[in-house]
Amino acid sequence: MIPGPFEYHRPGSVDEALALLVRHGEDGRVIAGGHSLVPMMKLRLAAPAHLIDLRNLAELRGIREVDGSLEIGAMTTQHEVVESELLQALCPILRETALMIADPQVRYCGTLGGNVANGDPGNDMPAVMQCLGASYLVRNAGGQREIPARDFYEGAYFTALGEDEILTAVRIPRPPEGQGQAYEKMKRKVGDYATAAAAVALSLDGGTCSQAAVALTNLGQTPIFAEAASQALVGSGLDEAAVAEAVRLAREAADPVEDLRGPADFKRHAAGVMVQRAVARARERASA
Amino acid sequence: MSKIPVKMTVNGAAVEELVEPRLLLIHFLREKLGITGPHVGCETSHCGACTVDLDGKSVKSCTVFAVQAEGAQITTIEGMAEADGTLSALQEGFMQEHGLQCGFCTPGMITRAHRLLLENPNPSDEEIRWGLSGNLCRCTGYQNIVKAVRYAADKINAGREAAE
Repeated sequence: MIPGPFEYHRPGSVDEALALLVRHGEDGRVIAGGHSLVPMMKLRLAAPAHLIDLRNLAELRGIREVDGSLEIGAMTTQHEVVESELLQALCPILRETALMIADPQVRYCGTLGGNVANGDPGNDMPAVMQCLGASYLVRNAGGQREIPARDFYEGAYFTALGEDEILTAVRIPRPPEGQGQAYEKMKRKVGDYATAAAAVALSLDGGTCSQAAVALTNLGQTPIFAEAASQALVGSGLDEAAVAEAVRLAREAADPVEDLRGPADFKRHAAGVMVQRAVARARERASA
Repeated sequence: MSKIPVKMTVNGAAVEELVEPRLLLIHFLREKLGITGPHVGCETSHCGACTVDLDGKSVKSCTVFAVQAEGAQITTIEGMAEADGTLSALQEGFMQEHGLQCGFCTPGMITRAHRLLLENPNPSDEEIRWGLSGNLCRCTGYQNIVKAVRYAADKINAGREAAE
């Protein structure tokens, strides 16, 4: 499988990359790890005339704690997420999720920025970002803007990112002390996209759930922040009835379509099971 | 489309070629350099037969353009044995433990396992399986591949202890 021809650019700065995007308009496309884009190009589902490689942009790398937030450069690979002690200490759901993405070779190349910017409903990190209340830092020639992950996704492969913009970093509010997090993913085999997956983060105050967020992967055209399901947990003791109600509301929020991973009803059912398991594990991990 | 120059180091040798930007690294290695150890398997980044070691990472060379490897240090299965032809511990392990049948996946398996053992010199069987989860084998059922990697890990570790 041979991709269509293109011209290759390797800018040395974000400004230079943005100028290339402006110059080439819809013919230009940035490439990060390339493990979504290159397969698409080989299948000729994508045929950018100008490929703008972000690999030399040191500005897009690194994992930092800044003003009560975790800031992760867009070019940070999934492997680097897995290896980061800072992330493991402060936001362990990222490592847990990254380890469920693809396989070791792909994780060495695939980037967090690519995973969240691509808009593929099968990508795992977007739901995690919605669960954590993260936002994306985006640059264009005019400056920088910040887009909440919960507002970013518009449809499969359609996002709020303009074609003249680059997602430079992910900003995650530092999770509160004692928060329990879990990502549960049902998949057919190692490396597969989710049949259904759920991200849950919750905090306990005594025996009461004081904060909760639930988000779903690959159960619609976009990741889904299940707000009603989240609210159903807050104020409860995470008893059977409250969890069952959250599961019901998450299934209601899901909008899966039938494909090789199964019929829609099956996926909707699996979504609830993933939410139930993720709530149970997040609760075990939370400290009151 | 005009060709552009690309330079990298492959199995210790500096190479420089003019390539079309769309040339995939696997085709660069096989067709430009005649390095045919890395295999073209699924072509969809699933099977791992094309795995090479690129700047300390195991990479599926069917999913990387040669131009993206500008300046890289690449090792393929051809670079695993000693200069005098002595097999590496992994190569020996695959032979001793019957870690292959048809052999098609073996260059990718060994190249991936090479990086795995550098990162984790004493992996459990489970860690070996997770570490090789990006490489598919349709013959062996993986049992002997895991044994082969275990063999290599034990041999390398014994050598290290003896040297200390």
